[in-house]
Amino acid sequence: MTRIKVRVNGKESEKDVEPRLLLVHFLREVLGLTGTHVGCDTTNCGACTILLEGKSVKSCTMFAVQADGREVTTIEGMQSPGGELHPIQRAFWENHGLQCGYCTPGMVMQAAWLLSENPDPTEREIRLGISGNLCRCTGYQNIVKSIQEAAKAMRTEGKARR
Amino acid sequence: MLPRSFQYFAPTTLEEATSLLREHRGDVKVLAGGMSLIPLMKLRLASPGYVVDINRVKGLDYVEESEDGKALLIGSLTRHHALESSPLVKRRVPLLSEAAGSIGDSQVRNLGTIGGALAHSDPSGDWGATILALRGELTVLGSGGERRIPIDDFLLDTFTTALDDGELITRVSVPIPPDKGSGGAYLKLERKAGDFATAGVAVQLTLDEKDEGDRCTYAGIGLTAVGPKNLRASKAEAGLVGNRLTKEAISEAASAAAEECAPTDDPLRGSAKYKREMAGLFTRRALELAAARARKQGGRVQG
Repeated sequence: MTRIKVRVNGKESEKDVEPRLLLVHFLREVLGLTGTHVGCDTTNCGACTILLEGKSVKSCTMFAVQADGREVTTIEGMQSPGGELHPIQRAFWENHGLQCGYCTPGMVMQAAWLLSENPDPTEREIRLGISGNLCRCTGYQNIVKSIQEAAKAMRTEGKARR
Repeated sequence: MLPRSFQYFAPTTLEEATSLLREHRGDVKVLAGGMSLIPLMKLRLASPGYVVDINRVKGLDYVEESEDGKALLIGSLTRHHALESSPLVKRRVPLLSEAAGSIGDSQVRNLGTIGGALAHSDPSGDWGATILALRGELTVLGSGGERRIPIDDFLLDTFTTALDDGELITRVSVPIPPDKGSGGAYLKLERKAGDFATAGVAVQLTLDEKDEGDRCTYAGIGLTAVGPKNLRASKAEAGLVGNRLTKEAISEAASAAAEECAPTDDPLRGSAKYKREMAGLFTRRALELAAARARKQGGRVQG
């Protein structure tokens, strides 16, 4: 077992883990943060996307030990401390950016990274930006629309955050 | 899917890292971005007893010009995304940022590293072809000290490189093409977004301006996914250098590349015959694009 200290959604957790434990299982099973989903488990679908030091990564393809001393943000960390939805979450809600919802946490986290890099993306840039996230419902039309609306809202609210 | 149990090390210095690799040689893997290693471990196609995570080693993540301004020096732990977005890379060796941006998907590019991809030597990898086109070289560090290996001597076979047990790539360096009259292009055919290439090609050209601007003085062509490793299209290159870049010359070079590649049938991405044809087609398109870029002022990637 290896002792790791990871800051998840602003809260420090110190745990003993087996080196082979994947980050997604650490989040879901050790910390109980089940908002991050396991989809394909093969680095393909992006359902397990989280932010590591502000950058989107697939948490099924990373060991928890690699996150030692690092900052992780999951879907649970997107809302404000007062429980107000993040503009990206709100845009998904308002634009019906989800059908079954399974891909949604990953889509939201990837959108957060995309908009932190490029606050005013074109439709093409959004489509390319989420090419590592699959929606089996094929609800891409509204997902793209949600990200466009989120970008607009975040630009006007001036609260683009990683 | 969980990998087999292993012992994990996270050294902070190169000395520590190489000594761990030496100590556990034969049963150890280097973990850089993990974008190939971790999937292999999860599928238990690789089950190393020891994993040396080099992400905490200082001084492996950088892009800079050499002192004489002739080469771009890239730390082996540099992420694909950093190369895709670096203003220095876009300005000096735009082919590198175009190739970087075509790898996998955004999340993979945030973690995956150039050194890791080259050490993995997957024939479907995009870096091998790109570094071949640029005639780059690798610096590797092991118990015997440091050595430099030209990319042609480094890539030996599928998943096989010239790295000795206990050696680690520390740097990739590529000559900076001339400011004027050079152009590059990386193109690949994908079944779907983010898939490994069915066929891909990296091209780097320099055109001589003095001679009405289109005599080719440098040609580098690397091929992706159409052989046991990333291949250099030597005959295609030789046919271009010293000659005018006419439509015919480009067509001939494309046919030469199609002939000299060695694809295999695969049920997912098509027959060898199809891939050979695509290698030719994409070589032609990449040559045309690189030539057009070279002819533009400065020959740099536009948009």
